[in-house]
Amino acid sequence: MTSAALRSRAWKLLEMVTTPLLPSDYLDLVSPLRAGADLRGRIEAVHPETGDAATVVIRPGRGWRGHTAGQYVRIGVDVDGRRLWRAYSITSPTDRQDGRITITAKAIPDGKVSNHLVHRATPGTLIQLDQPTGDFVLPQARPAKVLYLTAGSGITPVMGMLRDTEFDDVVMVHCAPQPQDVIFRDELHGLVADKKLRLTEVHTATDGRLDIARLGELVPDWAERETWACGPAGLLDAAEEHWTEHGVQERLHTERFRPRIVVAGDDGGEVTFSATGKTVDADGTTPLLDIGEEAGVLMPSGCRMGICFGCVTPLRAGAVRDLRTGEITEAEPGVLIQTCVSAAAGPCDIER
Amino acid sequence: MTTIDPTAHLTAEQIEELGRELDVIRDEVIADRGEKDAAYIRRVISAQRKLELASRGVLLFSIFPPAWLLGTAGLSVAKIMDNMEIGHNVLHGQWDWMRDPKIHSTTWEWDHVSPADQWKHSHNELHHTYTNVIGKDNDLGYGIMRVDEDQKWHPLHLGQPLWNFVNACFFEYGIAAYDLELGKNLQKRHRRNPEFRARAKAVGRKIRKQVLKDYVIHPLLSGPSFLTTLAATFTANLVRNIWSHSVIMCGHFPEGVQVFERQSVNGETRGQWYLRQMMGSANISGSRAMHFMTGNLSHQIEHHLFPDLPSNRYAEVAVKVRALFEKYELEYVTGPLPKQVLSAWRKVFRLSLPNKKPKGKTPAREKELVAA
Ligand code: FES
Repeated sequence: MTSAALRSRAWKLLEMVTTPLLPSDYLDLVSPLRAGADLRGRIEAVHPETGDAATVVIRPGRGWRGHTAGQYVRIGVDVDGRRLWRAYSITSPTDRQDGRITITAKAIPDGKVSNHLVHRATPGTLIQLDQPTGDFVLPQARPAKVLYLTAGSGITPVMGMLRDTEFDDVVMVHCAPQPQDVIFRDELHGLVADKKLRLTEVHTATDGRLDIARLGELVPDWAERETWACGPAGLLDAAEEHWTEHGVQERLHTERFRPRIVVAGDDGGEVTFSATGKTVDADGTTPLLDIGEEAGVLMPSGCRMGICFGCVTPLRAGAVRDLRTGEITEAEPGVLIQTCVSAAAGPCDIER
Repeated sequence: MTTIDPTAHLTAEQIEELGRELDVIRDEVIADRGEKDAAYIRRVISAQRKLELASRGVLLFSIFPPAWLLGTAGLSVAKIMDNMEIGHNVLHGQWDWMRDPKIHSTTWEWDHVSPADQWKHSHNELHHTYTNVIGKDNDLGYGIMRVDEDQKWHPLHLGQPLWNFVNACFFEYGIAAYDLELGKNLQKRHRRNPEFRARAKAVGRKIRKQVLKDYVIHPLLSGPSFLTTLAATFTANLVRNIWSHSVIMCGHFPEGVQVFERQSVNGETRGQWYLRQMMGSANISGSRAMHFMTGNLSHQIEHHLFPDLPSNRYAEVAVKVRALFEKYELEYVTGPLPKQVLSAWRKVFRLSLPNKKPKGKTPAREKELVAA
């Protein structure tokens, strides 16, 4: 017998020993970061960056495949006991010796996860991780001249690049309300002092918003530079337009934050049953179970009153309202809803 | 269906008001549910796993009597924790709000011969929706017993104390059979039903795994302690079965608990549904450890009102629920475990015989609820 076959036999035997659990359920008790476990990470430190931003140092599990500068990672954090998933750019260089990674979060108003990470996260906490992804990365062949155009926390993926790869000629234009809001400000100024970076800070509270048409004044040779831009949609839209106007759009690489735009209203919305491909209008008071059944979608159900959990179904997009409590649930990976007590709160997509 | 309807004094408005007050209790818990609760269930799960692991470890040496005793006791407790405070409650979706796929009603499997999904159907859907409705709720007598005077007596019922005892000893198999609705499905015309066969197969697979683990693999691993480990596991299963059977009998069988006629649930309002849960369940009083070991099913009344609230909250909810019972002058059936078990058993014995005297005209309950 080959060793692989032997190993799978041994594993089968182990499964019989632990049934109905899996051997991993026991191993997780002692070694949650081991190779072969679901990918997790442990928060090892939280360093404040500004008043409302902090860098979280994470030791990823053994299954971590490593990232490319500029990429982001999805993390699952338990906030008030509930697991929430968000994406953050990785701010640590790819060759960090101790195997840890960092993300840098900026607390946004009402942001459950960002506020938790900045103000409440404690070392020792386990979080869930996905493998890093994203194509906002540097090319293999190094460009001679580089421009980084960033605003607010849009600096985070770029910081990952700056820390990872040195270029001969790098310019950065960064927008933040005030000097003290500039994340990584000391480090950036250090790079400037070492002549590794030319930096222009635009302080929007005093200078006003960056007018992209005036970029030429700040960076005369901007059109010759390979540019990476990250920030709010307004800035990126303007940049895309500007670069296109000048016929150099292939030099511009953008990364958009994807704010989850969920329109949660009182009067329902269009419901898509994506597995069946049906779309129907729903009001804000009829349970989605009824809506689906009327549309001829095969809906699982049981008690029809919210107690048996026989009707749970993934919510892929949009938001629903719990008809009993009024609580809004927004779509996130892994979110299941009870269709018998949930109504559409705006357009949504039910996996049925 | 009792001679005196204990809810007859309530008007329809009062019943709806009662429902609203119960909704408020529920909302308060939900608004407050969070980190502490999540930490609680994680702690319980991890303690259960460690206890089971340790007990199995000790049983490797069960050839020595003290090790046998210790390991058997630990394993019994671990199995009770798995089935009661963890399995039953997770499968109710009580912890689904955490969005942790590892502690979720759709992924959980328990140390039990009934596969989780089948049990969820028969228990969560049928029993909890039709609590104590004769003919609809199979938990009433598990389809093998007569539990109310109004059920027709049959000479076969003479043996029901015996069935009940056997059922207690092999309770997990009883539940698996009950989930499969064996009684009905073994009739000739149902036997071939492919859906039933698939479910029966799933049960067969689960039984095989459970038996293999408990009675073959673990004893074999114990080497010279083979026989003693086998005896230990058998004992632990027996203890767990009798314990859970007793706890569950206390939930709906003791004297004072009402049962309902089939028609009474037609067009039931939310308030009436709540009221039926209140009158159809009974609690067990006792220490915190006792509540924990029953998986908080000692708060059966609260559990039936709010089956999806986290079990660790039932104790605090019970105080408020009890106050409502008093306010609406309803009887809150509760008592210490021995008393409730005895009461339930007494009923099993009593109803194994035909009714003593012809009963008076019973007011049909559904009429009262509707007319009230
Ligand atoms: S059908 Fe029972 S919870 Fe939705």
